[in-house]
Formats: sequence, C-alpha cells, structure tokens
Amino acid sequence: MPNRQRRTALAITMGAVLGLAGALAAGPVLAQAAPRTDLARTNLVVGMRLEPPHLDPTAGAAAAIDEVTYANLFEPLTRIDAEGKVVPGLAEKWEVSADGLTYTFHLRKGAKFHDGTDADSADVKFSLDRARGADSVNAQKGYFAAIAGVEAPDARTVVVTLSRPDGLFLFHMASGDAAIVAPESAGANKQTPIGTGPFKFERWVAGDRVVLVRNPDYDGPKPALERVTFRFISDPAAQVAALKAGDIDSFPQFDTYEALPQFRDDGAFTVMVGTTEGETILGTNNARKPFDDVRVRRAMAHAIDRKTLIDGVLFGNGAAIGSHFPPHRAGYVDLTGLYPYDPDKAKALLAEAGLPDGFETTLRLPPPIYARRSGELIAAMLAEVGIRVKVEPMEWAPWLEQVFKGKNYDLTLIAHTEPLDIDIYGRPDYYFNYRSERFNAVGAELDRTQNSAKRNALYGEQQRILAEDAVNGFLFMLPSATVQKSAVQGMWVNRPIQANDVTGVRWK
Amino acid sequence: MLAFLVRRLLTLALTAWLATLVVFAVLESIPGDPALVMLGTSAQPEAVAALRVQMGLDRPWPVRYAGWVGGMLHGDFGTSLTYARPVAGLVADRLAITLPLAGLALVLSAGIAIPLGLFAAGRQGRAGDWAVMAFGQMGIAVPGFWFAILLILLFSVRLGWFSAGGFPGWEAGVGPALKALLLPAVALALPEAAILARITRTAALDTLREEYVRTAVAKGLPRRVVLRRHVLPNALIPVATILGLQFSFLVAGAVVVENVFTLPGLGRLLYQAIGQHDLIVVQSVVVLLAVTVVAVNALVDIACAAIDPRPRVTA
Repeated sequence: MPNRQRRTALAITMGAVLGLAGALAAGPVLAQAAPRTDLARTNLVVGMRLEPPHLDPTAGAAAAIDEVTYANLFEPLTRIDAEGKVVPGLAEKWEVSADGLTYTFHLRKGAKFHDGTDADSADVKFSLDRARGADSVNAQKGYFAAIAGVEAPDARTVVVTLSRPDGLFLFHMASGDAAIVAPESAGANKQTPIGTGPFKFERWVAGDRVVLVRNPDYDGPKPALERVTFRFISDPAAQVAALKAGDIDSFPQFDTYEALPQFRDDGAFTVMVGTTEGETILGTNNARKPFDDVRVRRAMAHAIDRKTLIDGVLFGNGAAIGSHFPPHRAGYVDLTGLYPYDPDKAKALLAEAGLPDGFETTLRLPPPIYARRSGELIAAMLAEVGIRVKVEPMEWAPWLEQVFKGKNYDLTLIAHTEPLDIDIYGRPDYYFNYRSERFNAVGAELDRTQNSAKRNALYGEQQRILAEDAVNGFLFMLPSATVQKSAVQGMWVNRPIQANDVTGVRWK
Repeated sequence: MLAFLVRRLLTLALTAWLATLVVFAVLESIPGDPALVMLGTSAQPEAVAALRVQMGLDRPWPVRYAGWVGGMLHGDFGTSLTYARPVAGLVADRLAITLPLAGLALVLSAGIAIPLGLFAAGRQGRAGDWAVMAFGQMGIAVPGFWFAILLILLFSVRLGWFSAGGFPGWEAGVGPALKALLLPAVALALPEAAILARITRTAALDTLREEYVRTAVAKGLPRRVVLRRHVLPNALIPVATILGLQFSFLVAGAVVVENVFTLPGLGRLLYQAIGQHDLIVVQSVVVLLAVTVVAVNALVDIACAAIDPRPRVTA
C-alpha cells in the first residue's frame, strides 16, 4: 500500500530530524578542528570549577577572581612565582630599611594600564590607601594594617612606612588583594577590569567564560598566547566530558581524583599532581568540653589513620601533615610521626582524660567534596576508639555563619588555603578558640625578623607548639591536580598562590 | 468576557504579591550572612561589617522588603550581591539563553510528537502504534539528566560533533550559539515529546470517532486527507493547551539540563545564587518564574475562553 509506505517514510524522516540537525551542525565543528592541530596554536582554554563573582581582586575573597586575573590582568608591587618566591611585579626592585619599617619600591619605567594611562607612584599610593581605608572592603584588609603611610616622592618611587615590623609584608603585597589599580578605573574593575598585566580583558559571557587577549603594549616579555579563555564548569561529570571532548586544554585544580587514572592512561593527556597551600584540618573547638583537654585532642590525633584517609579521599594524591604548614615550604618541620595511628593509645588517652567509654559529638561539614568524604571516614575512625560522631553536612553560607563566625560547633573539617597562614592560630577570636602565650611570643618575634633562616626556625617552633597542643587534627595537604592536553607547556604544577598564571604558557 | 478578564488579572496580581511575601519570608529565615560568604574564611570582622552596610543588609527587614517590591514595580530588581550587577541585566542575559532553549525544545518536541501521535492514531493497535507507545513510555520513564549525559557521551565525547556544554554567547554568532543549544534542547524535548505524542494520539483517536469524521470517510476521502484536514485541526486544541503548559514548565524546569550542559541560563543562575546566598537574585528569579507560570496559565485560560465560551459561562 503506497500510503502506508509514505507515512512510514514520514515518520522515519521526523524521527531523524535530530540526526539531520546534528549532521548539519557538525559542519562548523569539523571546520574548526583544523587550526586545533596547528603547531603555532596561540589560544588556550583553561577550565575552572567556579566562576568569579566579579573580576576585581581587591574587592573579594573568592579564589576564582585571582585564578583569572592574578599576574595575567593585574600586577601587585611584588609577585609570587611558580615556586612560591617573592619576585618583582610592578616594582622592579625595592629596599627595606634596617629596622624593617621603611620599604622603598622602584616601579617599572614603561608600565601602563590597559587604557593607555601610565602606572605610576600615584596609582600605587591610591591602591594601598584604598585597601587600608576606613570604608575598605578588601577581604585581606589585615595585610595592610601595619602601613602607617605611603609617600610618592617621584613618579617611579613609592615609600611605604610601617607602624610595626611585618615579616610577611612583601609576601602580602604580592597577593591579588594588593593589586595596583588606577583611581579612574578602580570603580569599574568588577565588570571591566583594567590592570597593568600582559593580558587585557576582552569579554565575559556570564555564567560561562571570561576571555583575555594579549596586551600589545605590555612593557615586559610578551606571552606566547594571544587569547586565553577561562571556562567555568562546576559539575565533575561535565568536567571530565569537556576534557574528553577537547573543549578544555588545561584544567588546573581538578578535584575529581577518581577520574585521574583514566587521563593518565590516555596518551593525549598529561596529569600533573603538585601541592597547594590547603592544609586540611579536623577543626576542633578548643574551648568546648571535652576538647579543652589536650589528652582528648591527642587521642583523636592517634585515632586518625592519615594513610587510609588520603587513599580514600584523594585516591592517594596528597601529602600527610603533622602541623599547620605545607611540606614544600622552607621552614617546614616533619611532625607527621608525632601521633602515629594507634587506636589503643587513643583509648588509653581517653581513659586518662576520664572518658573510658568515649563520648558523643558532632562534626559539621561544609560542602566541598574532600570535606564530605573525609568527614565520613573520620567519623568511622573515631568510632573505633569510642568517639561517637554525628555527621552534619551543611551548606556554605550556614557553615560560615554558624561554625566559622559563630564558633558554634564541636568538630568541623576544612582546608585553609591562604598561603603562610599559620598566624591564624595567634588570632584571639579565631574559630578554633585556641590561646597560647608561647605561640604568640614566637609570632611577635617573627614579625620583627627579616632574616629568612631565622624566620624558618621560628616557623618550625610554631609548628611544634601547634602539634604538641594537637590544636586541630592535622590531616593532609590538598593536592593540585592538573589535567591537560599533552602539548600544553608552562602551567604551574604547584599552587603557592591561588592563581592561573598563563603568562609563561605555550603550545609545544 | 471583560469581567472574566479583570478577575483573571486580579488573581494574577494577588498571586504575584503572595509570591513576593512567601519568598522573602523563607529566605529571610535561612541562616547565613551574604557579606561573610563574599569575604570568606580569612575576612576581618570590620571588613564584613563595612560590606554589610554597603549592601544595605544592616537595615531592618520591612525596609528591605518594601525597597525590593517597590523597586520591582519600577523595573528595578536590585543589585546582585555576588555579581555586583543589576539583577534585571543578569536575568535578561540568562533569559537570552533559556528562552531560545525552551523555544527550540518546544519546536523539536511538537515536531516529533505531533506526527508520531497522528501516525499512531492512524494505525491503532498495529505495530506502528505499539512502537510509538513504547517510545512514549520510555521517554516518560527515563530521567532527563541521564538522557542528557548519554547525549554528551555519544555526540561530544565519542563523536566529537558538539561541545560537551557551555555557551559561546550570542555575540559569537547565531550558528555557534544555536549549536550549543541543540543537544540540551533535544535532552529537554524528548521527555516532553513522549508525553505530547501520547496526548496527540488520544486526541486524534477521540476525533476519529466523531460523526463528521465518519461522514468524511463515508464520502470516500482518503484516510491520509481525513487525518490531515479533519482530525488534526480539532485534535490540536488539547495539544496546544498542553504545549502552553509545557512552555512554562520548560522555562522553570531547565535547571537540571542547564547544569548538566553547564549552560548559563536562568535555571543555573538560580541554582548558583542559592549556593552563593545571593538572596536578591533568588528572590527576584523565583518571583519572576512564579509570575511567568501564573501568567501563561492565565493566557491559556483566556485563549480557551475566547475559542470556546462554554466553560467561561459555567465557571
């Protein structure tokens, strides 16, 4: 029957609408594929988990802001390099007075903002005064607290005087929060950032990508890349798919660790695992019973099997820590052997503290996957020695409000990702509720000390104090895994600062 | 008809106002300080306090509620806390993706479902009918996100025809933008098409039993012509009603598909805003969605009343 045939054909055609549409749309893809294999490729697509809320590093704590803008768009006076060292930024050199109170910075001569205006000492003075001002919303206002005054004797020289010595001053001036901005453009930097870096802002497709292009007027070495696109993909399955589909060239901070083996086995990809500044700790409320007893805290330290934890949560990628300090940094002291995994010792310590039958407590977990997974494992480990842990997963905002700010918690689990942040243990109102005269005395000496060998010894002493007091459960460093196409060269392996510095990236 | 219209519009306004109250009250009672979320774990208390003042969070809630609703009446939806941009602009950006996505899905859904439904009705009880019904059953049973993942695995990872997600922006050209929307639109459309095909089939079967269709058949018109000229137009009335309802559902329900395909549409904006505690965005988007759904329902009602006055008289 001809009618039936015709109708069947119609149905098949309709059913194949998708296939046809797909084939039609495939044309442009195949056409685009050609330049991808070109040897002189000069564009790069970098994957990121989170989208920055805006692009002004001096007005927000979100790491994603620095991950797009640091060193690419904006330059601070000093900079952190791939090894974590302080190197010249907008200032090509500087001198520090003998008493550690006066810093004289000499700016690069040809430095210009992306709008063509000169980057001079007046801009530096404006930036520093703005960051430390009364109505400043700089997330790291504390970095600027020691500044007593900023002078600009000439266009290329900036003199900063401190009210007290600050051993970390140059380090803090290298942070994105200390980026140098111009008074005429500072207000609009959130949407249309104007810095002095080797890349300039091109466009932002809200929710999807930020595109930077090479700044032809940059006064320093020109980057090899002409265009860098940062794409924001938060879903782990979507990240894997985007890499496999070739949409993403390099994905730093890739935290779907269970997917790493399949990329290691695939010759088209390279997997690099480096270190971060993220000390992951079992945050402990030192003011609450029974955690105000050091024996209880030490018992918990003995009850945690870090090896199992690292295997289970990070699939083996990550280093154990014994105090609040990253192993890759000068001044690190290995204290991981202080509390070996020993459930019997833990039980004995609990009995000594008057808790032979253990106790009940709660563990409040923020959303990151490492926190959720670690929390479940630690609850199981603590149960082995009689500590019955109720796990409470929380959203980020309530966690900040109740745990971090309100200090309303027994135990929590979080990675502290600020570089060189051991000083948080000296803050009287920090959420650990930890107080130690000994620790603070060493901290005061650190602030008076410029000599790096002496500083490292003092850092070692601080680490020992924290480990002896077992302030928190010191667990592991968050690893920094990067999955990328094998031909990409020059991405940072380690993350001494939360940045995707692409100024040195090129295609092989 | 006029009284009916006025009554419908009053209900619409009342619903919208109730939506603002409920949304505001719910969000107000959720713990979490947006200023703290923005500044993070190393924030100094004085910086948080300064930011709270800057964001207007220090003002009492009735003032903030009145400011919000009053602003919306003037088309000012406030300023996003995280993005520091006017919410109206953010929403407009996102609608520029979600609306075409929903439209494309609707066209695909109707383009697949109506011919399939008619085809099945034409051969009720035979193999073709059975196949369409099976497709319908499967389309309803398979979760949308799973289907979306399958599409990505096949067309992006395996064949490399499409990006695995993302959106280049309309400024990159209509072609690339539509291409980015196609797979998500298919993922959205297929479950809808499955439902719609079954409804079309039922509606067509009902119409086939009508006297005038029998007359047409008795007159000796070919079956194909009967289906197209007499059955289809009448069967389209229930189908159009469902399509109208599906549109608002597509706009509101694209959250899952937008997340799987990392499409920066309205659904994903809402999802992210909740995570970031960006209350003003959550409030405005939820109210906008509520008003859209209510308005589309009202439009469908009004359209039906205009076509067929009988329900209006009895209602």
